[in-house]
Amino acid sequence: MTSVGATVKEPGNSVKNKTGSWRTFKPILDKEKCIDCGNCILFCPEGCINKDYDIDYDYCKGCGICAEECPVEAIKMERE
Amino acid sequence: MDIPEKEFLAPGHRACAGCGATIGVRLALKMLGENTVAVSATGCLEVITTPYPETSWKIPWIHVAFENAGAVASGVEKALKAQGKDDVTVVAFAGDGGTADIGLQSLSGAMERGHNLIYICYDNEAYMNTGVQRSGATPYGASTTTSPHGKESFGENKPKKNIPMIMAAHGVPYVATASISYPEDFMKKVQKAKEIEGPAYIHLHQPCTTGWGYDPSKTIELGRLAVETGSWLLYEIEEGEFKITYRPLERKPVNVYLEAQKRFKHLADEEKEKIQNYVDQVCAELKI
Repeated sequence: MTSVGATVKEPGNSVKNKTGSWRTFKPILDKEKCIDCGNCILFCPEGCINKDYDIDYDYCKGCGICAEECPVEAIKMERE
Repeated sequence: MDIPEKEFLAPGHRACAGCGATIGVRLALKMLGENTVAVSATGCLEVITTPYPETSWKIPWIHVAFENAGAVASGVEKALKAQGKDDVTVVAFAGDGGTADIGLQSLSGAMERGHNLIYICYDNEAYMNTGVQRSGATPYGASTTTSPHGKESFGENKPKKNIPMIMAAHGVPYVATASISYPEDFMKKVQKAKEIEGPAYIHLHQPCTTGWGYDPSKTIELGRLAVETGSWLLYEIEEGEFKITYRPLERKPVNVYLEAQKRFKHLADEEKEKIQNYVDQVCAELKI
């Protein structure tokens, strides 16, 4: 296959860049409090919270949107 | 509403913490699915998702230049058609600069020619990628680096260009406005745009932590305030029929929205009143 211009042939390979190192505040989810509303999953700019509500700290930049949008305050932001 | 679990935008991208654009693109791609080709104009999205030799896109993606997202998407759509691949969705993502200013002519052409594509403008109301310069979509009163507030200027002195209505004037089958803070509304509109034959345009309002000046955790909150104050309206125009898709129960004063952001901090009361009057007028016309 001939490449024209700058071609990247590995879809989604930005996962090599672990943006978790940007973080100063870390979201900690209390699964006991979680009501499974899905807000944090939907609103995460990194898409790094999975359907079981596990946060991927390799990529979480610590923006805090998840904690802000959680209706039951199940997510706390803690300093790294 | 059933929201597909699969993600088509990989993490590791270089967006600012709390970026609204990536939320919008993630949600849109969930609805469009893997049988999609994406086109981007130059802008934040292009820069943050594709620092060569990396890409965050898990679907085919192409970027050519700032001004031609509409033209490139048209070409991709025609090429796919020529190959008999009628089931592939073509979507273009461009910022407000790439849509309202630099890419307006190629977008207009694409809409006029009636290509079967979706064009999503992620509107953060200035050229954020290059350091917050004003665009045609910058709202009245906002301070940017090229419409700064100071002795000689009080910020942007022109109203926000109404791109969705310009698109509607092309007579395309589907035009909608949306906000990342109302994800179900937005995703329903993306689904509709996908199903409709012909060009569809979605104008997605998206707060920007860097350019607007607020805490990154407030991105969704700011988007919500824009809609709840009537500063941003959610509607769709399907085959020429206009429909408001969300009405705030009680419209909040515009001040709440303005005062939450650094770009409006300098506004005097009379300017804020001017903005409130403008919003009231628009909302009265639309009975919001």
